Amino acid sequence: MRIALFATCLGDAMFPDVSRATVAVLERLGHTVVFPAGQTCCGQMHVNTGYLDEAAPLVRHHVETFEDALETCEVVVAPSGSCVGSVRHQHAMVARSNGTPELAERAERVAARTYELSELLVDVLGVTDVGAYYPHRVTYHPTCHSLRMLHVGDKPLRLLRAVRGLDLIELPAADSCCGFGGTFSVKNPDVSTAMLADKMTNVVSTRAEVCTAGDSSCLMHIGGGLSRLRTGVRAVHLAEILAATEGDA
Amino acid sequence: MTSTFLGLPKPVTYAPDGVGNLRGDESFPRAARSALKNSQLRRNVGIATATIREKRAAVVAEVDDWEQLRDAGAAIKADVMARLPELLEELEAAVTARGGVVHWARDATEANRIIVEIVRETGAREVVKVKSMVTQEIGLNEALEAAGIAPIETDLAELIVQLGHDKPSHILVPAIHRNRSEIREIFMREMPDVPADLTDDPRRLAMAARAHLRKKFLSAKVGISGANFAIAETGTLAVVESEGNGRMCLTLPDTLITVMGIEKLLPTWRDLEVFLQLLPRSSTGERMNPYTSMWTAVTPGDGPQAFHLLLLDNGRTAALSDEIGRAALHCIRCSACLNVCPIYERTGGNAYGSVYPGPIGAILSPQLTGMNGHRDPNSSLPFASTLCGACYSVCPVKIDIPSILVHLRARAVDHVRAQSTPSAELLSMKVVAWAMRSSRRFARAERLMRLGRLLGLRRGRITALPWPGSAWTTSRDLPIPPKETFREWWLRERGAPGSTEGDPHA
Repeated sequence: MRIALFATCLGDAMFPDVSRATVAVLERLGHTVVFPAGQTCCGQMHVNTGYLDEAAPLVRHHVETFEDALETCEVVVAPSGSCVGSVRHQHAMVARSNGTPELAERAERVAARTYELSELLVDVLGVTDVGAYYPHRVTYHPTCHSLRMLHVGDKPLRLLRAVRGLDLIELPAADSCCGFGGTFSVKNPDVSTAMLADKMTNVVSTRAEVCTAGDSSCLMHIGGGLSRLRTGVRAVHLAEILAATEGDA
Repeated sequence: MTSTFLGLPKPVTYAPDGVGNLRGDESFPRAARSALKNSQLRRNVGIATATIREKRAAVVAEVDDWEQLRDAGAAIKADVMARLPELLEELEAAVTARGGVVHWARDATEANRIIVEIVRETGAREVVKVKSMVTQEIGLNEALEAAGIAPIETDLAELIVQLGHDKPSHILVPAIHRNRSEIREIFMREMPDVPADLTDDPRRLAMAARAHLRKKFLSAKVGISGANFAIAETGTLAVVESEGNGRMCLTLPDTLITVMGIEKLLPTWRDLEVFLQLLPRSSTGERMNPYTSMWTAVTPGDGPQAFHLLLLDNGRTAALSDEIGRAALHCIRCSACLNVCPIYERTGGNAYGSVYPGPIGAILSPQLTGMNGHRDPNSSLPFASTLCGACYSVCPVKIDIPSILVHLRARAVDHVRAQSTPSAELLSMKVVAWAMRSSRRFARAERLMRLGRLLGLRRGRITALPWPGSAWTTSRDLPIPPKETFREWWLRERGAPGSTEGDPHA
């Protein structure tokens, strides 16, 4: 299958290893990955902070870029639950509120073919064992948008359970938000930190070496706290675990 | 060209300032900061919400058609909002036909004036009250006290709050922020006839309150209640409760005054079936609440012989005029959204400043009062959420709270746009959006960001940033930007010529 990669702005700028891992997993499974170079950002931060007018041109840019890509690719994938959530649940709304219903329809067509990584692997490509090897004690945090907006359910867990060498430990109160929430983390820093503290307590209680999730932004938050407290627990994206093989160990 | 003059559009009327309890004194982030410092409060609220969350989940799982019930609840409420004027008139006609008196109040001030007048005419100096959110919303107790009338809260938790000179912090369990030893102290201090050997045993506490309240029930001439539901078709009012105090207030006094927000309507008697399943399971986590009282104005020789129904707007019409925000009026005050909210769980209800706290409060309060610029505490409420979606997943009438929060954020930002000097946030949002509209500009911005590597030279991570970045780095590290972005890696490794192909704005 020919797959267009949406690296997301945060992933492109701050977490290139996550996108490289996404490419590695998909290519290992025999698929072709394309990186449409025109891509930038889905506009989620603007939408969620109330700047719909500013988000509208970003939505248009995203739709135009990936419409072109979908001429030659069958699907779009992003290693981020919240960015896919934004594409699927917000782009058409932003276009409509901006008075461009025709863009909204185009956005819906792009969204219908856009998948979060675990959705693409399990639902579209029909695999759970991607041939990964990762000999570590791992706990999984289901991010809010992948859980309650995309309803990915246990797909990431099924992928993790099929990874050889991996010791998966259940995270207590897993479905509770880590407190990131985009600009919430700086607009309400005290509440955000209180939520993060409880999330970290639960992560540390599992005695896992690695906390994983399907979203770099939530991992940046959890990882930022784990690093500040010198817990020694690393935040690693699901894609990076799925890309790891015996050769890396 | 001919034109028809349709009249000027009426400006929306919000709940007035200075009366009632819909707006706090400080913004949510500030109020939350104080609340977070109270570790006793955090523990009390954390334990209580976890318990009630589990109870709710268990009883909801028993119902096979729960999702269909939620859909039915949402559909009935949407229908009510679409036909509100005609349904309200139908209700008024039905109540009047059965000997009740219907009053219409534009806002809290009018409502309080009408109620004080009714009580004065009876000559009563004391009224017993059923737990009611709407009378707290309008500040009725304060208005009654100012008129020399003593309001007695008869719900146990409301009594604790009233005796503690405190504010309710939860829709359903207003004293959720108090534990039993704190409650004992309040009773010892404030209850005139309290037994001297009272312990903090829950049963002993309940018995003390019971003895205290029983005297009030038997002597009161006037009862005041809210309403969970009002049936337009028959004029029937319904209150659901757990303690039986409601039943006392609704049946013993000579005069009964019921205050209800105009959104509490249901079209027909049949519709109750849906809501009497949804409400108790969502709120207390019970299959059925212990007491359901229904009454239709006056029944000669039985119960109150004078019945007044007060229909309150207080900003509801303003909310109704917002096509997206109006779904907040579907709320049946079950408080399931509070119990699952990770923000509410940490801060408790008082940080929201309004009698309606938690996720529903964050979308309801600002719509009832309006948002008057960025200094208005209620302008900060739509931002008091990570948009985690837990509230939406439990709401019995499927109010899409996260989407309404985003919508109200946009309305708050509209106020900022209207200011003569643009805010720093607005400017930076514009700059970022401008950079992101072109992959070439974005790539250039990424190269600039790489300077951030200097900040993490010593530790390999960024541990301190100046304001506003300090809001992040006070409690969290930031990774340093990578040497190479993904875009650069792709270009280097896969090196497609015409790399900006497909960028309409490159």
